[in-house]
Amino acid sequence: MYRYDEFDSRFVRERVREFRAQVERRLDGSLTEDEFKPLRLQNGLYLQLHAYMLRIAIPYGTLSSRQLRQLALIADRYDRGYGHFTTRQNLQFNWPKLKDVPDILDLLADVEMHAIQTSGNCIRNVTADHFAGVAADEVEDPRPTAELIRQWSSLHPEFSFLPRKFKIAVTGAEHDRAAIKAHDIGLRILRRPGTGEIGYEVIVGGGLGRTPMIGKVVREFLPRADLLSFLEAIMRVYNLEGRRDNKFKARVKILVHEIGAEEFRRRVEQEFAALDGPSVNADPEEVKRIAAYFAPPPYEELPERSVKLSIAKAAHRDFARFVETNVFAHRVPGYAAVTISLKPIGGVPGDATSEQMRIIAELAERYSFGEIRVTYMQNLVLPHVRNDELFALWEALDAAELATANASLVTDIISCPGLDYCSLATARSIPIAQSLSRRFADGARQREIGPLGIKISGCINACGHHHIGNIGILGLEKNGAEYYQLTLGGDATENAALGERLGPGLAAEEVPDAVEKIVNVYLQERSVGEEFIATYRRLGIAPFRQAFEKGVEGDQHAAH
Amino acid sequence: MPLIDATGFKQNGFARMTEGCSLPAGDVILPLEKLSTWREEVFSRGDRVGVHLPNTARVDEVWPLLDDVALVSIDFPSFADGRGFSLARGLRQRGFFGVLRAFGPLIADQMRHALGCGFDEVETPEAVIVRQPISQWRAALETITLRYQRGAGNGLSILDRRRAAREMGHRRFHSGLALARE
Ligand code: HEM
Ligand code: SF4
Repeated sequence: MYRYDEFDSRFVRERVREFRAQVERRLDGSLTEDEFKPLRLQNGLYLQLHAYMLRIAIPYGTLSSRQLRQLALIADRYDRGYGHFTTRQNLQFNWPKLKDVPDILDLLADVEMHAIQTSGNCIRNVTADHFAGVAADEVEDPRPTAELIRQWSSLHPEFSFLPRKFKIAVTGAEHDRAAIKAHDIGLRILRRPGTGEIGYEVIVGGGLGRTPMIGKVVREFLPRADLLSFLEAIMRVYNLEGRRDNKFKARVKILVHEIGAEEFRRRVEQEFAALDGPSVNADPEEVKRIAAYFAPPPYEELPERSVKLSIAKAAHRDFARFVETNVFAHRVPGYAAVTISLKPIGGVPGDATSEQMRIIAELAERYSFGEIRVTYMQNLVLPHVRNDELFALWEALDAAELATANASLVTDIISCPGLDYCSLATARSIPIAQSLSRRFADGARQREIGPLGIKISGCINACGHHHIGNIGILGLEKNGAEYYQLTLGGDATENAALGERLGPGLAAEEVPDAVEKIVNVYLQERSVGEEFIATYRRLGIAPFRQAFEKGVEGDQHAAH
Repeated sequence: MPLIDATGFKQNGFARMTEGCSLPAGDVILPLEKLSTWREEVFSRGDRVGVHLPNTARVDEVWPLLDDVALVSIDFPSFADGRGFSLARGLRQRGFFGVLRAFGPLIADQMRHALGCGFDEVETPEAVIVRQPISQWRAALETITLRYQRGAGNGLSILDRRRAAREMGHRRFHSGLALARE
């Protein structure tokens, strides 16, 4: 894991001190509310429905046990004993007081963490594949790249007052687990065909929100050394030319769409050519310095197969099921990555109590070199567990009610906070997630259905990624009544696709039945071993729509 | 409007030529669209010429006009509109060595952004200074003393300092070797 050097440490302390003074200057009137707002947003502080919300960065989703314990302490001392993991590898506290925030930031700095640029019109927390360094299909660990970008983007003097927020994600694998095509910039590490040289495929202009778009490739191969100057070129074009007349058209995706990918690419290349690259780029030595922190932990040499694991699986059905769903193959023989689902049946997706955080921190120390990952699915991962120890880990998780065996299954639902917390929400989303989770609670049925991603947002801002859910659910409002719009066929992976609207809106109570009908069509129509999304691609939306319309026919509700 | 640089208040040596008024005496900041009309007259008086750019100006288009221009003032219609930062950096990169001034309601907290992008000074409305006295501008600069970005502002970035430390390390290592050999 990356460790701060003296500069990084001083830097975050200075930022805390700056923010402390900004809070004071807001209170004494030096700063108007309008002036204070972007300053506090750039430090992750939102004004929510009931209180302030503080969003803490977990850069590229990597946490240490020590850091997780500190988050637990903050949850107890300054919040209501829990935190909420988001789809962008952040943690949100929903109840801090403004006056306490600087102290919370100091506690974060104590463990090399911060809330820098987790919101606001700037470059946001950089995300990466949560199986970085674990997955077998990886060309290179994406985290050194992400860490370099974290540093370069932090308090960037030129790019702190952009037209709109800007999100960057990095993957080093073939299979995209970081949704890079749904980001303002997505980077994929690859080898140049022929030479084997490592560089980046650069994708720009993806994004969700009210105008969802899949990103376009603007550079097929960018040499590693040019990364920062190329990013500066993209950012400069966007900062100068992105629309500022309409907040809903201000994301880079709209610029790319309006002038066309070709023209955008031309402008970026022109800017890039004019830049003095060597004065901006990081030295290769600096890149190496950062990469050294992500060297693999001291794995032991282990046999591929674990007899202990086989015996335990045979003896404990629940454990066997957990292994089936929540254990991911590790590139190193004898090890596995374990998903700790934060989606208990009927729970709030992504919430973790301070007690759970402490338990997970402890288990990570015992079984996973003290390392935890935060996934964009709002779950946690212990990335390096010995197969031999999976059973012991599972028993401990089970005792803490953290062994829900549903990773990637139909109850592994992504949901934004919705109307329960969010001031922008048009509808509730957490209760919808809960009712669906209860409807599909039966483990055997979930496994029969197989991987199926449901994603729910409480308004068109799409924090719950509904556009790229296999089944997407969007909460809206009309004449004071909430209603829900379903989309099918969204995909967050390398085959990124936006979902297609299924039909008219539904009342909250009708959502579980409608989802069940969709699932039943799939179960009837699928061929052997075919996942939901594949069946959908083969058949198109028609059969699903038919079943759906049969269901809502004759139903009279206010939602249309 | 008050003028501030990295050290504090500064005397404003330039007068602005405003809409519908005649050419002021002394050093003048001309609006971009008046530049070609008046520059020769100002030069012939022996005064310096500055130009005020909207933040939508393009470096490529204005660059040929900047010969002998001593000061470029860039408009910030609002403190939250960051286009001027990119425009300034673009001009510096292109090789503009004159004075760069940010003009508009920037706040004390943005002094570091301005300096980091190549501005020398900020001309901000009196109303901002009433709320944010010069001590706050100075304090803001003293609070954040480090930056990561290379090529953005004066002084060494963190990346440059790390490089310097590496080189020091090498040198120490090698001189250590030399000593050991003696
Ligand atoms: C609770 C307070 C929150 C507020 C006020 C908020 C606000 C917003 C807004 C306004 C947008 C749309 C931006 C745009 O289209 O330009 C957005 C998008 C987004 N938010 Fe949130 N959000 C909140 C919580 C969350 C949470 C809890 C998550 C994660 C679960 C999240 C993740 C995202 C993501 C992934 C997007 C889509 C990014 C895109 O458009 O590409 N947000 N948020
Ligand atoms: S999608 Fe809408 S309701 Fe949900 S968190 Fe985002 S802004 Fe709030």
